[in-house]
Amino acid sequence: MVNLVEIRDLKVEATTDSGRKVEIIKGVSLDVAEGEIVALIGESGSGKTTIALTLMGYARPGCRISGGSVSVAGNDLVTLTEKQRAKVRGTEVTYVPQSAAAAFNPAATIMDQVIEITRIHGLMPVVEARARAVELFRALSLPEPETIGSRYPHQVSGGQLQRLSAAMALIGDPKLVIFDEPTTALDVTTQIEVLRAFKSVMKKGGIAGVYVSHDLAVVAQIADHIVVLKAGEVQEAGTTEEILSNAKHPYTRELLSAFEPKPREAADAAESAPAPLLKIENLVAGYGASKSDGLPLVRAVEDVSLKVEKGRNLGIIGESGCGKSTLARAIAGILPAAVGKIVFDGKELGRSARERTRDQLREMQIVFQYADTALNPAKSVEDILDRPLVFYHGMNARARSLRIDELLDMVRLPRNLRHRRPGELSGGQKQRVNFARALAADPKLILCDEITSALDTVVAAAVIELLKELQRELGLSYIFISHDLSVVEAICDEIVVMYGGRKVEDITPARINAPHHPYSQLLFSSVPKLDPAWLDGLEQDPELVRAYCRR
Amino acid sequence: MTMTHSETKSARISGTRLGYRFNIVGMVGLSIILFWALVAIFAPLIIPYPVGEIVDLDYFGPMSRDFWLGSDYLGRDMLSRILMGARYTVGISLAAVTIACFSGVVLGMIAAVAGGWLDTILSRLLDALNSIPSKLFGLVVVAAVGSSIPVLILTLSVVYIPGAYRFARALAVNINAMDFITVARIRGESTLYLIRSEILPNIIGPVLADLGIRFVFIVLLLSGLSFLGLGVQPPYADWGALVRENIGALPFGAPAVIFPSFAIASLTISVNLLIDNLPQKIRDRSE
Repeated sequence: MVNLVEIRDLKVEATTDSGRKVEIIKGVSLDVAEGEIVALIGESGSGKTTIALTLMGYARPGCRISGGSVSVAGNDLVTLTEKQRAKVRGTEVTYVPQSAAAAFNPAATIMDQVIEITRIHGLMPVVEARARAVELFRALSLPEPETIGSRYPHQVSGGQLQRLSAAMALIGDPKLVIFDEPTTALDVTTQIEVLRAFKSVMKKGGIAGVYVSHDLAVVAQIADHIVVLKAGEVQEAGTTEEILSNAKHPYTRELLSAFEPKPREAADAAESAPAPLLKIENLVAGYGASKSDGLPLVRAVEDVSLKVEKGRNLGIIGESGCGKSTLARAIAGILPAAVGKIVFDGKELGRSARERTRDQLREMQIVFQYADTALNPAKSVEDILDRPLVFYHGMNARARSLRIDELLDMVRLPRNLRHRRPGELSGGQKQRVNFARALAADPKLILCDEITSALDTVVAAAVIELLKELQRELGLSYIFISHDLSVVEAICDEIVVMYGGRKVEDITPARINAPHHPYSQLLFSSVPKLDPAWLDGLEQDPELVRAYCRR
Repeated sequence: MTMTHSETKSARISGTRLGYRFNIVGMVGLSIILFWALVAIFAPLIIPYPVGEIVDLDYFGPMSRDFWLGSDYLGRDMLSRILMGARYTVGISLAAVTIACFSGVVLGMIAAVAGGWLDTILSRLLDALNSIPSKLFGLVVVAAVGSSIPVLILTLSVVYIPGAYRFARALAVNINAMDFITVARIRGESTLYLIRSEILPNIIGPVLADLGIRFVFIVLLLSGLSFLGLGVQPPYADWGALVRENIGALPFGAPAVIFPSFAIASLTISVNLLIDNLPQKIRDRSE
């Protein structure tokens, strides 16, 4: 059987700003058979999207396909002229982008954009195209398939928009669809529905697909074959079962093991401490002008109470928009709470950071999700770490220099990195610098706001390991905010589930498998597992899904 | 990743060896500016004739061995007048642009960091100032207070403060939204530290470029005011005044009107050449 896609010895070259040429794809070969879904998996920078884009004969600005062949249904896209490639795009090969929200034009209706491909290529009359689009909406189990096309992109949810972008890709009856991390930006509860829709449409139409992702568990649900990439080279390729159960390459094993963080041994040394380190009572926080009763117009956090013991960790999980980050900002005093008490180390704190003493500020530090915007790009690592030492501890230059070395050792960064600027560091290194800056203050509590969400699986697992180690050495406490249950499970003694600004449940790891609240049950059951049969076997109460999911 | 590392390392090595690396166009700009600066400083020592003295028998005299750039409408030596004029043009403009950009940028950063009512009041106040046409404003002030060098400097800087303020505030607001500012804020840092150490290094590149453009605007406005007779008063003259005095020479094509214009053009163009070709290290710090 002849394969639909045959990539042979593909090489892609990029030109750097200084004019040097760097090979970013180093001789990759892979096949996709008719009707089969192949997943490209790897960390950021591994070249997975670059390879996927060459399937449309496209290389990003500054890049060039420098060797090899990419044949799709008999056409070698490398040798085709630009005009011929344009004919292939949208009819034979189509693309589903990572961020559907950015890919849709906010000023045109969804229907106009979905059928645009048929208009450009003159495939069918408009009426027919519309009918076909509605059919696709139905196949992708979108609500109100007859009328959803007349809405504008901002009037549908993120998960719906992602499915609509799949409809856009499928309308030209392609032989191959490229999915570029289509569910990465979605909540786990939404992700399930999108994955199911993709899977059923692809299977029904017998369409081949290339699925780009960094999430092994998601890929396990949808792909027939998995290709593991690192630094522009194929590390390992095989069927999904082979890769999951019998990985040969060390890098694949690393990926697999990063996926299952070792559960944390319960801390017991600190349990003798009588007073909790942080106690929050009936906190309300939000945005907008305050109303006559003193509450803000939009309340993102409503009436939340929680407790953090010394040397123990609290996890806060929930999907995007549930108020978990707002809660962290209220605790840190960035966004003053409207109502409620924050008691830290036995003393009540001012609601705004300005009302707190320098020592109170020092003892509670916050680390943000986006490591790169949290570091001043104009300063070297040394200067960044230097400031809290001067500001809080008033150390002299020699003591500071020694302490900076110590801090870099603590976060496992080489000492000679201190002269670099943030722009010269990788994502994981930046997050470590952020962490070192928080540690420089000698805090008692560190608020971690989604600190691993922007990192690759393997890097994130290493950061989590580091956090655990530091806790053992320094007796810190963490509040760990995340939407990723497995991350929270790996590090926290207690987990708070939030939904719609409220705390819905308090869970200890001992009963992690038996949450009581229906939303927690839904959330926990929605986390993809490495088992390829998981999605097909998953059954969720439709009532529950309707009640809690804004799909 | 390794690639970027080695790249920056090589940049750093050559950076320490050569100081800042200029390209050739930037060097040309810089040398013209330095030339005019030196002329401004040493003008009294190098002028061949006193500025106010009528030395040529003819008016609008041609270029000759005695009078390298010809003579003006009264028969005074043009070369001497242009050299002395550099003092006024370069000096007044430099002082005015320094005051305007310094106060504008500082106010802009404060407004961005402080926000709230301070931001609103400052912005509206400076917007109101901005709405007055600059030439008209200069005219009124000079007519009311009289023309002296301090008055000129202050007037010119007041005219250009709102622009510098707007520019700096727009840049600073973007930086202010970044997480590292939040981190510094909840560390308990003062506004002064925030604007000096966190914001300024990130906006310095565009601010310098803006300073260059503003300098040119000020030279042109000063020349314009002098052309209207409100600038530097006779017998002294800045370059704008020299053009005005000798405007009658245009039909004769005499050098008296051409060379002051050349002087204005050379200064303004070279300032822009320099700013546009500033060493990468300064210009792209925010990137």
